[in-house]
Amino acid sequence: MRASGRLRAVIAAGAIAALTIGAAGCAESDRDGGGDGGTSAAGGTFIFAGAGDPKNFDPIFNDDGESFRPIRQMYDTLITHKPGTAELVGGLAESWENDPTGKVWTFKLRQGVKFHDGTALDAAAVCANFDRWYNMKGEAAQSQMIYYTDIFGGFAGSPDALYDNCKAQDAGTAVVTMKRYKGAFPGAFTLTAFSIASPEAMKKHGSDTVTQNGDSFSYSAFANEHPTGTGAFTFGGWNKATGEITLNKNPDYWGDKAKVDKMIIKIIKDENTRKQELRAGTVQAIDFPAPADRKALAGEGYKVLDRPAFNILYLGINQKNPKLKDLRVRQAIAYALNRAQLVQTKGPGGSVVADEFLPSTVSGYAPDVQKYEYNVEKAKQLLSEAGATGLTLNFYYPTEVSRPYMPNPQEIFTVLANDLQAAGIKVNGVPRPWNGGFKDDVQQFGKQDLHILGWTGDYNDPGNFVGTFFGRAKAEFGDDAMTEMFDAIGKADATVDQAAKKTAFEQVNRDLAAKWLPAVPIWHAPPALVTTKNVEGLVPSPLTAEEFNTVSLTK
Amino acid sequence: MSRPGGISTLADHKRRRIDELIARTAEPGGVSLIRDAGRRLLRNPTAIVGAVIILLFLIIAIFAPLVAPHDPVQRFPELTRDLTVDSIPGATAGHPLGSDPLGRDFASRMIYGARQTLFVGVLATLIGLLLGVLFGALAGAFGGWVDALVMRLTDVMLALPSLLLAITLVALASRSTQWTVIIAVAVVNVPIFARLLRGSMLAQRESDHVLAARALGVKRRDIVLRHMLPNSLTAVIVQATLTFAVAILDAAALSFLGLGDPDINRAEWGLMLGVDGVRYFEVRPELAYYPALAIIVVALGFTLLGESIREALDPKNRR
Amino acid sequence: MVRIISRRLIQLVVTLLALMTLVFFWLRSLPGGPVDALLGERATPQTRELLTRALGYDQPIWVQYGRFLKNVVTGNFGNSIRTGEPVTDVISRAFPATVELALAAIIIAIGLGVPLGYLAARHRGRLLDNATIIVTLIGISIPIFFLGYLLKDWLTQGVHVFPPSGRISTGLDNTDVTGFFVLDGLLTRELDASADALWHLVLPALTLATIPLAIIIRITRASVLDVLDEDYIRTADAKGLRSPTIRKRHVLRNALLPVVTIIGLQTGALLAGAVLTEKVYNWGGLGTLITDSISGGRDYPVLQALILLAAAVFVVVNLVVDLSYAVIDPRVRVR
Repeated sequence: MRASGRLRAVIAAGAIAALTIGAAGCAESDRDGGGDGGTSAAGGTFIFAGAGDPKNFDPIFNDDGESFRPIRQMYDTLITHKPGTAELVGGLAESWENDPTGKVWTFKLRQGVKFHDGTALDAAAVCANFDRWYNMKGEAAQSQMIYYTDIFGGFAGSPDALYDNCKAQDAGTAVVTMKRYKGAFPGAFTLTAFSIASPEAMKKHGSDTVTQNGDSFSYSAFANEHPTGTGAFTFGGWNKATGEITLNKNPDYWGDKAKVDKMIIKIIKDENTRKQELRAGTVQAIDFPAPADRKALAGEGYKVLDRPAFNILYLGINQKNPKLKDLRVRQAIAYALNRAQLVQTKGPGGSVVADEFLPSTVSGYAPDVQKYEYNVEKAKQLLSEAGATGLTLNFYYPTEVSRPYMPNPQEIFTVLANDLQAAGIKVNGVPRPWNGGFKDDVQQFGKQDLHILGWTGDYNDPGNFVGTFFGRAKAEFGDDAMTEMFDAIGKADATVDQAAKKTAFEQVNRDLAAKWLPAVPIWHAPPALVTTKNVEGLVPSPLTAEEFNTVSLTK
Repeated sequence: MSRPGGISTLADHKRRRIDELIARTAEPGGVSLIRDAGRRLLRNPTAIVGAVIILLFLIIAIFAPLVAPHDPVQRFPELTRDLTVDSIPGATAGHPLGSDPLGRDFASRMIYGARQTLFVGVLATLIGLLLGVLFGALAGAFGGWVDALVMRLTDVMLALPSLLLAITLVALASRSTQWTVIIAVAVVNVPIFARLLRGSMLAQRESDHVLAARALGVKRRDIVLRHMLPNSLTAVIVQATLTFAVAILDAAALSFLGLGDPDINRAEWGLMLGVDGVRYFEVRPELAYYPALAIIVVALGFTLLGESIREALDPKNRR
Repeated sequence: MVRIISRRLIQLVVTLLALMTLVFFWLRSLPGGPVDALLGERATPQTRELLTRALGYDQPIWVQYGRFLKNVVTGNFGNSIRTGEPVTDVISRAFPATVELALAAIIIAIGLGVPLGYLAARHRGRLLDNATIIVTLIGISIPIFFLGYLLKDWLTQGVHVFPPSGRISTGLDNTDVTGFFVLDGLLTRELDASADALWHLVLPALTLATIPLAIIIRITRASVLDVLDEDYIRTADAKGLRSPTIRKRHVLRNALLPVVTIIGLQTGALLAGAVLTEKVYNWGGLGTLITDSISGGRDYPVLQALILLAAAVFVVVNLVVDLSYAVIDPRVRVR
């Protein structure tokens, strides 16, 4: 024992010594200046606490908010949103036009815009991006283009592909032609995934090489080290050991130049720690504060910025269960839920009861749908009319996850289950880890009777909400649930005339509430941002698509 | 202490504690030893404090429905009325500790918490104990390759830190339920019990009364069941007392990591502390303080009693 | 000797192979997994199918297994699902963070534990002794994540004595040489970075040190008491040798032996504690990596590699220890 103890100490000491000597050989500071990286006093450094690691910085291969946050600062899209709203305004395109067939889109590009590598943004560059997406080779790369597959249907050679061609009419005019009309446009042109990147830089850094390795993928040098767009910030680096993404001010930005010299996105996964860092003054803004902390932070003088709600939480009902095929049973479930109380007791500040599956700011929202006010007696009555008393339902809910529309799934489940039990429906709760079976069981196999899930909208279009959930047969709600519903939504989505489309979707929403009820909408819960007092000009976006060039730091 | 040619010294600490325990309990003539130990225990204030804590805990757990003012899962309108996500009502008439984050009676949940915590702790300990005793008895009774295999396995398991092993087990389980947690926490203890029992039985195999029984032609099965097992159980019981404290702490840690029991209807102290206590710490710190205090006191009670028994059995202390 | 080593190495390979196979098939039998983790709410069935094909999950399981084995044998553990980075990079970045934290904790535990344990023993039965014992008992009984939580709340929120989380101040732009930030600062003469990293280390190290500290105090106390009871000390006493130096020399030196062995054995416990401590303090080490790779998206390649790493380290350390016995004590024959 004695000997081995001594031996172990010797080994440890040796290892440390070797390490020190080895390291000393190449130990040289590679800082560019003082502690703050040599920033001038004027703009300063803005530190924002994000909630998770980005995947990479090639827009087309991403689909999550934490990757999009830095990407949005470095790139621009053809069309974008007016800050703080979901209203479309020109981005890289000053204006756009759709021909009467709805298939041809003409973009008038902004003049004099340059990519970070100095090359010019012109129609050829825009078309190069569209062509790159369409012609992407290899299943590895294609499988990571989640938004592209969703919106554009498929790739070169696929019969489902929507994209036909893109022509540079002149240097300032790009004409994109689709094979069919699609209701998602022009809204979908605002998607961060469809940001325009420098074709030069992409070629130089081999952007299209996505290699599969084991159970995952690795991306190109373009995606990891040389993201090159036209945005208000340029890429400074991603220090994975400290979880810091550095973005530098782009002095040649075409729009409002960034007011700060440098921005750091610090990744802090734990919501509680984000709040504590804010209080310690080590970060100036945090995303997604815990709903429970909002009031305290506001009381201490921090600015709580609510994003207008652009999401939905719903209780899905699976009609694979024959009992649930009966509309009366589904209505009974809707009546049994005390959603007003749920919003009051568990809703993040500013949340409201949802009567439809889309927020009221989206066109196609009908003000006059059937509402299901909390009514236990009515629920019981409907159940007995349907001969479904003593019903037992398997209620799936996710664990190990927190979503903006669902900050705490376990609590939400417990409250909803409680309500259902009170109406005489026996609930068998089935917890499943979010990535460890929940999505599989619910969306692939449809094992559940009931489940909770939700969605954050991508752009201002009713199809992005209602169409996503109910536009086609899905295991989530019982595969062959309602062809009438699929048809109606498909037709509404294919309507070219905007006014007619609005009317069609209003009817869809009325029918969803009164006739089909494939799920019960629960709430719209706005996610918040919190900043210190000295942060000015941060405009919260309903799409969680904040741009930080407007942010300045006062003393 | 380390066996020549043995596989590991990493687990030596745990192993040595086990060996000591074996040495103290495996001696023949256990009855007088136990009587002696009992007398010493009664004179030891630490043991009495531990025993009183455990007794109180057991009484509350067993009679929870009589002690608690309310149903622990019922949501009360008078509590939900003022409940929001960022303010949780404190004490009101009929609810001495106020509300929990879902409008349930916090006092009742604390009281029923004793029951659930006892349940998790006892089951985790018991499953670990039964499996461990089974393996240990097999190894001790058969020796040879069975012994070698079991010991090799326990060596590996002892070398892994217990919480890490539990986390891995939860990750490798396909579903998360209360049972996943209980079993993960239990499995961690299997090698400890297995080694304990095996060592104790080996020590006895050469002891006079077993040799005598064998000489009289008593069947091997009967020797194991009638003579060796009962004598070994003293050591097992001491270890179980200590294991209980670790089990409830591990269950709390799993909850904190988000890998614990997913059913927040269940009032279990570790779950209450690891989930609600942490999440609503700013809003109502009592949601963390009370379950934490309860866990500390109960864990302390079991540790005190376990250590006292261990000490009392120490031949050095026999005068 | 050579024969022994080669036999043990073959054993090692066989053990790891068996473990790998077990882990591979086990993970593949679980619901969800990489496909789910790579796709958010937005995936259409079409993307799901594409991804399944791209990852080769549509191929027979034996083909997948063969490919997995080939990768592992060539030292390729795949890429993290979440970040697409090679798993080896991810692990080698987290490793120094945890070692730095664990070293700091062990230093605190020894630095406080040995003197306290000694003092408690010398004052046996008196106030100091009783107080120390009670504190160590509470130290063992408190859920350490909660202790970390309280320390953080008291010392970083109301009063900003320490930073709440992380290993170094944001935007400090320290040069990363070895991954040990305190050491890096010294090596590169960025002394401010060293000081800053040290400052960040205090609370997490204190939290992590709790349990080892309690154990070291108890063991020091017990072994000092044992030595005080030994005949030679009694003899010295009887002879009237009351000089504190002699007593200290005799007692401490002999009492410290069990303590020294215990310290090495605390490594495992430290790693377990690190899982909790790192989560509380957003410390980017192995502990965070383990929890993240489970709940943050079932990052199986990382998890797989971590399990293998743990097993390999265990087997190799044992081999080294066994061999060292043979070297030190020729009477011991390694089989």
